[in-house]
Order: sequence, then structure tokens, then C-alpha cells
Amino acid sequence: MRCFIGIDLGSTTTKSVLMDENMKVLGRGITGSRSNYDIAAAVTKQEAKIGTRFTLFRDRLASNGKAQDAEHLISDLERTFRLEQFLYMLSELESTCDGFVSGPRVVGKESIIREALDTVFKNLRSEAIGIYGPNAARKSDFFRDIAGSRYMALAEDVAKKADLNFDLLVNIYDKSINEIENRMSSDDDVSKWFVKALDRVLADGSTLNKENITSAMNDTLSIPLDETYVVGTGYGRVRLPFPKEHIRSEILCHGLGAHMMFPGTRTVLDIGGQDTKGIQVDENGIVENFQMNDRCAAGCGRYLGYIANEMNMGLHELGPMAMKANKVSRINSTCTVFAGAELRDRLSLGEKREDILAGLHRAIILRAMSILSRAGGIRDEFTFTGGVAKNEAAVRELNKLVEENYGKLKINIDPDSIYTGALGGATFAHRACN
Amino acid sequence: MSAEKEAVKDESMLLQKAMISRNYDAITSKHETGRKVVSTFVPGNLNELVMCFDMLNNLPEINAIQAGMRKLSGGYIMEAEKGGHSEDVCTYVKADIGQMARGNIAPNGKPFPDPDILLLSYTGCYTFMKWFELLREQYKCPTVMVHVPYQGDGHTTQNMRDYIVKQLKEEVIPTFERISGKKFDIDLLRELMTRSAKAEDDLVWVIETAKHKPSPIDAYFGAVYYVGPIFSAFRGTQEAVDYYKVLKKEIQYRIDNKMGPITPEGEMKEQKYRIVVEGPPNWTNYREFWKMFYDEGAVVVASSYSKVGGTYDMGFRHDPKNPLESLADYCLGCYTNRNLPTRVDILEKYINDYEADGLLTNSIKSCNSFSAGQLMMMREVEKRTGKPGAFIETDLVDPRYFSAANVKNRLESYFQMIEQKRRGVKSAA
Repeated sequence: MRCFIGIDLGSTTTKSVLMDENMKVLGRGITGSRSNYDIAAAVTKQEAKIGTRFTLFRDRLASNGKAQDAEHLISDLERTFRLEQFLYMLSELESTCDGFVSGPRVVGKESIIREALDTVFKNLRSEAIGIYGPNAARKSDFFRDIAGSRYMALAEDVAKKADLNFDLLVNIYDKSINEIENRMSSDDDVSKWFVKALDRVLADGSTLNKENITSAMNDTLSIPLDETYVVGTGYGRVRLPFPKEHIRSEILCHGLGAHMMFPGTRTVLDIGGQDTKGIQVDENGIVENFQMNDRCAAGCGRYLGYIANEMNMGLHELGPMAMKANKVSRINSTCTVFAGAELRDRLSLGEKREDILAGLHRAIILRAMSILSRAGGIRDEFTFTGGVAKNEAAVRELNKLVEENYGKLKINIDPDSIYTGALGGATFAHRACN
Repeated sequence: MSAEKEAVKDESMLLQKAMISRNYDAITSKHETGRKVVSTFVPGNLNELVMCFDMLNNLPEINAIQAGMRKLSGGYIMEAEKGGHSEDVCTYVKADIGQMARGNIAPNGKPFPDPDILLLSYTGCYTFMKWFELLREQYKCPTVMVHVPYQGDGHTTQNMRDYIVKQLKEEVIPTFERISGKKFDIDLLRELMTRSAKAEDDLVWVIETAKHKPSPIDAYFGAVYYVGPIFSAFRGTQEAVDYYKVLKKEIQYRIDNKMGPITPEGEMKEQKYRIVVEGPPNWTNYREFWKMFYDEGAVVVASSYSKVGGTYDMGFRHDPKNPLESLADYCLGCYTNRNLPTRVDILEKYINDYEADGLLTNSIKSCNSFSAGQLMMMREVEKRTGKPGAFIETDLVDPRYFSAANVKNRLESYFQMIEQKRRGVKSAA
């Protein structure tokens, strides 16, 4: 089938969206951008194709009149698919780690290291079932994050018991994970994970007609997903392995993507990892004007990442904590490093973490408001996109400031807003062929 | 990288290079020749008057630009900062001060001699005044200032003109006579001005060739060279007149053959976007900056920067019949001496006359004289012309403020935005 793909190579993550002939979004993919955009583009594209297979499978089951049963099955299948994928990558990681047990630093300790690795991976594998169990919450969806944090915890323990230098195990992991991350999974691998995952789900005593389901899966997997047209955008766009006509500026992609999500959009605010954009679009999603932060990335998504590190918290924990604030500390600096200094200063004065965090969120949004004013202000409807749009404290501050400055407007936030640029790219890809 | 490659140069460029070298040689050999040196600025420069006293014209702004293009300004600026000049000060000033601190070496490798006089003949840029205050402290030489009233109401008055002429007669000329030991000869001034006006006619012809499609020139990156002789030490000389003859021939050839401008990488073949630019260029990454335009098929058809040393395309000429009055008009008419509504009118006219696709503002971090009000100006031009604007920020000669990835990202977005608007929604891809 003809597929139209948009890839947004951001500074932190690379996203892709795959749509069909009728501009229906079938799949989305996201991965860490690493330092290698070629790989990031290929991985995220594969992820979007995986998403597409799920959609096609769901549609196929639904067309067989099993919509409700199917939902349950699909959600189990998604989980087990990720488990299979994780186990596969884990075995790849293990054999790569094994290959690095060599060199002068490990001479004479090879067998004890191998034993330690063996224990670590055995434990990792048995933990995996739980990590991908029903209702299990994962802090990240990226292999590197999940495997990495557990590897470190397990290896530290094993190293202590075996009287082995923990750094040696860390070093082996670091070398291996970089290699694994830059390895691509093939379509065959993907098909195998689907089949294995489905077997696992059906073996768990599903009451559905196994034969029908298996044949639906086989049908789904046999559909060729042609890359009819691919459009790339984002900072890494020039690294994309396709011609210049296939590359669009992220401003245009975000403008069009926001229009596709909310056709009434006239002003878009996108807060990404390293830049903040204010974009005005017309009724067709065509960009009329834009402003971005310049010379300095103060107040971008990365700011929150830095603050999270400073406070020893997860990025996703910042918003919820800021929501608990009773008052908003006044933080003037949107310079990432200065804000860190202000943060420590406030803490030492005894201010509450949640109040300080609320102040930091407000500081980001104030900066965004200034960029928006430069882009010509906010018009109705106003769509907020990018990673920071997922942060409820940022959204709360934005709502307040928009109302104070522009009155009551319709503010749109799509839960998949991180894919806005990629969606715009896919739409451009579709338009290029139709 | 392209920056390492030898740039493609026209005959006129080589000619100009030789002229500039000769001028630097004349300045650095003043002790041997006994000629006096005047330090002054590009806007409002009184080159014909300086020549009447057989003095040489040294322009610290041009020296800063030279240092920027030769990748020396970064070091000079840091040197000035060591001396206590803060980060936000005009980077031309800091490059100049830093250059002095490092031995004040001219582009020909010889030390600049101290000037015999500082001539501040334009106060539309307030920083100029402070700059010369610093130089006066350094050189301990006489300073003469012409106060130029701002065109706050958008026009000049007879009073303003008289006020400047009075300063020329009572301050500038007597001081020059004293320093140079030469008597002022108004007939010589008239003669020089006749040559100025001839070269100015030719410059306007050159600048207006950008109305052709394809444009045979780039009216920003290329025009920086074309305005060189008139904006600096050569207005009023035969050399300048001859330079424009050669230049006109080159451009006529390109018009006849429907050729585009000559970029450092050769002829620009495809012209997809015609842009008007407001604001000075960045000098530290000049070629890289230009490349971001021609790689995307963007040619600049008009710019305000190419008018900083005189708004000749708006009709002004040095007038041998009224020499002192025309010097006054010249100083009053500088681009940055025009009020914001006038600048909007000028830019709007450029968009229309040159059939441009939009207005790009390159806002300079450390130049308030240019930057104040630019965003509002851009909005107004957008509103009046219906053509999209874009805003980028760089600096004159501080390499720390040129963020290539960001600038490129914005320029590409802007060009694609123009393309998208042009095609409309049906074929927006």
C-alpha cells in the first residue's frame, strides 16, 4: 500500500508519522535522536510502521465484527510485542557485551566478568516480564533508558558480591549500548516479534478464535508498506538520506501539523527541546509569520531537563510537583544555568520545591509569551505543541497568561502534540503525490 | 568547506581591492610623505572636504569590517573587553579599540599612524560620539564635531541645513586649515563634487539594475562592494569614476546575457526569491551567510544597508553649485537619520519597485541606531505590501553572536514560507 511518511528530527527525539492515501494516520514512531540522525530516522520510521501494523490489524479484526474483544487483545498484544522486542534487544546487548570482555583492563578477570554479566542479564530477562506486565508503569519507552537503569542497578549489586570493579561493567555496557542503538531492526525481525507476541497472548487462554486471529495477523504482516514519499524536517533534516525537495522547514511542518490536528488554528506555540516557536497560520495551515528564540535557547524544553537533573527528579515529575504549589516563586532568569543558581538560592532560603518549580514553569511561559508577541500575538484558536505541552504546570501558566493578555481563547492541546512536526511532514508528503 | 576555497572575483572587485590597498599604504606611510590623516565615519563622511586639504581619510568602521572579514575581530573584541568595555557595546567600537591595543596593525601589515584629527560629521548614531570620545582619549588629537539634527518629522528644514553649514564654516574648515596648513579652496571642492555626482549617478544605475529579472546583482552582499568607493575614501576621486565605468560594463554584460550575480562560488544561476533586506550584514561569517541565500536561490534586490553612506537612489547628489549646502543635505539624509515612518516608506517602495517577495530584517544585537523599531517597521511593511517578513538576529563583527544553524534554519523556513504562500494551498507541498 502507498504510505506517506513525515520524519521530524528534533534535538532530543526523532518522531515520525505514517499516513495512508486518505490521510488517515496509521502509525507513529519516536526514538531518541542520539548523535546519529540517519539511524534515528530509520528507527523511528520502523516504529511508525510497527504502529501501522497494529492499526491495520485492529481494522482487520474490527471488520470481522470483533471490535470489542479485539481492543483487549490489541492492548495485550502491544505490551507483549514490546516485551518481545525488548528481549530480542537484550540478547543482542548481551552478546555485544560479551564481545567487549577483552583488553588489558580485564586480563585475568574474563571468566568472573562473564559470570557477572550472565547473572545481570538473567535477572534482566526475568524482570522484563514484570516491566511489560499489565498496568506496569514505565518511566521511558526507550530501550536505552529501561535496560540501562536496570543494568546499572543489577550490575552494582553483582559487582559488589563478586568483588569486581563496578566501573568495568559500566564501561562494557556503555560501549555495547552505543553499538546496539545504532543497529536497525529489519522487517523480518518485526514480523517475528508480532508472531511471537501473538502466540504469547493467545497462549494465555484468550477466548477468541485463534485461527481467525492468526490469519488476520498473517494478512496484516503480508501487506507491503511502500514508502511512497518521505518528508523530513527538524534540525537533523539535512542529514536525511533523501533529496532536497523532500525536506521542509520545521516551521512549515509545525504550522501544517497544528492545522491538521485543529483546523481552526491561527496561532501555534511550539516549545521543543532547543527552541521555542511562535507561528501564525492561515485557514489552510499556510504559515504567515513566525518568530523563534535566537542566539540563546533560554526557556526551552531542555531547561526543564536541566532543572529535573538539578533536583534529582524525573522530567515527567516536574509538572505534577509544580501543580501542588500554593504560591509561585518569582524566578526571573530563563537562562538554564542561572535558573539552576536561582533554584539553589531559593531552596537555601527555605522556599518549597513545588513553589519554586511553579515559578520555573511560569518563567518558561513568560519567555514564550514574549516570542509570541514578536510573532504578532495570539489569535483564536491557539494550539500548543511540542514536548512541553504535555506538562500540566506549563499548560496552567499558559492558560493564565493567555487569558490575562488576550482574553478567553480556545486553546488546543493534542495528547500526541509531540508528533505535530512529523504530521505536517507526512501531510506535505501526501500533497506532493496527490 | 567553501570558506577555504578562493572566491570568484570580478575585475571591478580586483580594482577596488587595489584602490583600498593604495589608500592603506598612503595612510601607513604618512610619516614618510608628511600627509595628514583624518579619522572619520562612513555615514556623513565629508571626503571631498578632506581631500581639499590633501588629507587622507581613515575609517575605523571600515577597519572593523576588514578585521571581521579577516577573522581578527573576535580577538580584538576580547582585548577591548579586557580593557573594561562591556559585552553590549557596539562591536565596531570594541574591534577598533582592541585593534589599537594589539598594535593597531593595518591590513597591509604596517601599523596605523595616529590620526592628526578626528572628524565626527554625523551624530545620527549616538555611539559614534562616545567612540570618538574614547579615541580622543587615546590619541590626544584635535576633534571636530558636526552636530546633525535628526529628521524627527520626516523631513529636513532650511534651519537644519543652515545649522550644519554654519558648523562647517565656523568649526570644520578653520580646524582643517589649521591642521593641514592649507587654505580652503571652494573651487576645488566644486571640482571634486562634480566627480562625486558622476560616480553617484553610476552607483544608482548599478543599484537599480536589480529591477531586472533575473537580477544581475545582489543588492546586499554584492552591493557592499559596489558602494565601497563612494562610501569610503574615494568619493570625489577619478579612481571612483573609473571604477564605476568598469563595474557598469560588467553588469551590462550580465544583463545582456541574462546572467545572475557573481557569488564567491561563481554565477548564481537560479533566482527563486527576490528579497529586500533591512539592516547591516554580519561580517564575521559573511560568505557563509551569503551562501545561505544563494544556495536557496534567494537574491537580494534592494537593501537599506547599501544606503548608509548616502541615499542616492532617492535623488540626492553632491551639488557643485551649492557645495557646503549639499554636504549638509548629505549628512542630514543618511539612512539612520531618517525617522521610522520614512524608513517604512523606503522599504515599502523597495518591495514594490523591485517586485520583491518579502522583507528580511537582519537585526544587529549591538547596533541600536539600526535595530530600534525594526520589528514594528517590518510589521508595517508586511501590512502595507501583503508580502511576508522575517526577522533574524546576528551581529556586526562579534563572531560569538552568529549562530549559523539558527540563522540558516530561519532563512530556509522563510524562503519555504514564501514558496508556500506563492503556490497557495492546492499545491502547498
